[in-house]
Amino acid sequence: MSVQTSTSPTASRWLRLQKTVLAPVVAHAIMLLTVAVILFPVIYAFMLSTQTPAEYYQFPPRLLPGDAFWDNITFVWNRINMGRLLWNTVFIATTVAFGKIFLSIIGAFAFVYFDFRFKTFFFLMILITHMLPLPVRIVPTFELIDQFNWINTYNAMTIPFFASATGILLFRQLYQTIPPSLADAARIDGAGPLQFLWAIVLPISRTNIAALFLIEFIYMWNQYLWPLLIANADRTRVVQIGLKQLVDTDAAVNWHYVSAGMLLSAIPPLIVLVILQRSLLEGMSLYEEK
Amino acid sequence: MQTHFPNKALPYILLSPSVIVVLIFFVIPSVDSLYLSFFRVNMLGTKQIFVGMQNFTRLFKDTAYLNSVVVSVKFAIFVVFGGLSASLGIAVVANQRYRGFGVYRTLLIWPYALSPAIAALIWGLMMDPSFGVVSHIIQSLTGIRFSYLTNGFHALLFLSVAATWKMLGYNIIFFLAGLQSMQPELLEAASIDGANSWQRFWRIVFPLLSPTTFFLFIMNTLYAFFQVFGMVHITTEGGPGRATDLLVFKLYRDGFIGMNTGFASAQSIVLLIMVATLTIVQFRYAGSRVVYR
Repeated sequence: MSVQTSTSPTASRWLRLQKTVLAPVVAHAIMLLTVAVILFPVIYAFMLSTQTPAEYYQFPPRLLPGDAFWDNITFVWNRINMGRLLWNTVFIATTVAFGKIFLSIIGAFAFVYFDFRFKTFFFLMILITHMLPLPVRIVPTFELIDQFNWINTYNAMTIPFFASATGILLFRQLYQTIPPSLADAARIDGAGPLQFLWAIVLPISRTNIAALFLIEFIYMWNQYLWPLLIANADRTRVVQIGLKQLVDTDAAVNWHYVSAGMLLSAIPPLIVLVILQRSLLEGMSLYEEK
Repeated sequence: MQTHFPNKALPYILLSPSVIVVLIFFVIPSVDSLYLSFFRVNMLGTKQIFVGMQNFTRLFKDTAYLNSVVVSVKFAIFVVFGGLSASLGIAVVANQRYRGFGVYRTLLIWPYALSPAIAALIWGLMMDPSFGVVSHIIQSLTGIRFSYLTNGFHALLFLSVAATWKMLGYNIIFFLAGLQSMQPELLEAASIDGANSWQRFWRIVFPLLSPTTFFLFIMNTLYAFFQVFGMVHITTEGGPGRATDLLVFKLYRDGFIGMNTGFASAQSIVLLIMVATLTIVQFRYAGSRVVYR
């Protein structure tokens, strides 16, 4: 661009104008458009959950809410026992998130504040879980759960998920940045390691706990393959599999019911996201103005 | 280096829950997968017969499996390259710290909370052959009647779009974070030297951004191969024909519908080799610094 290298007064005024007015307007316009494109499908699905088939099959498409919302929600609630599905999924996701956080904190604490034999071996062993997503061990894991008599139990939906390489790495990284003088002071005062963990380390971990809870809650909420295989009974079924029941009909898909079901099933993770997303973005250092 | 507490037993006690879970549910089943991949179940499903490498040789002669490989690779290329270039483009243009940008980040991260299954359903209704807005738009622009229920190419395209869409906000946020950690002086120095913005991007911004791009490349690849089961199962179920029979879905069909455990385990081992390669490359070049998944 020749404007940028030229030094004539009009050109420099143009450059200033470009910087102060044009650039922000363009940037905002692009972000607005992006957000609109990314969120439109969600809004469209929401719209469908308020309509009757007669309304959404008409042409041109009707982009206004109808008044069948409560009918659709009530139908779905009763049809797939939504209350039970939501409770199951909330219970499972919360238990797993807390279990992972607890195991990660004590694990990371052990790695940072102690010297012991086979430390590297144990560390590598936990890291290796990154390489072993469910599909690479699915048949034997399923058989194992079967041997434990854990099919259609909460145990099978929670305990195998408790180990977290991500969590241990995350807290380990944080604990390595805690000034060593704090632990020295604790030792001089005669405080034991667990007291130190409880009084000093845990409060420092707060933001990371929130971020990890958010990630793990959503991760568990969105599980599909594992609950399909081992928890597909009324007692333990999760909401994702419930949606599949809603989709499976003999005739064409009832999109108004499916949309209402999606809406109900998306609310809990969204609430968790809205409450905790600041911690997540802080963790990704996106709040740099702070 | 942190001060170490002198306790001898405590670290083992603290680590034992994690180690036990990893051993029982990760390490042992994975070794078992490898073991099973050398066996075949007899016709009645009562006996394991050792067959050596036969499951693997059969795998790479099986047209259905090779089809799954091709479908998965096409899908992954779309999701990874399409998704990363779109989000990088958006992030670069939007990379200024103007007032109100925090709101966009908040909104962009929302689809991250949706499950892959829901993402597929949402696009399923957007692209519904009889009423979906996107099908209407496609038809009025190109004259093509879009139908993912009957046309294999359309079905794969539909799933690829849904999968890409779900990761878009996540990718944009990481690219924005990467861009904002760059020193503005560098860019200014380049513009004084007379580099235009196109050159500036490819010579300075893009190389500086490579750790972020690399991280997202790995994450998106793993996502495209391992987290898409729900998408397929809840919509196309691999069809029409086998047009959307992604590797994880094929594995599920063979292992749990066909009850062919040895053959399924061989597929598991192929996936293990793939994910191990990706992870090793990641740790080799990016270190073990944790970034959110």
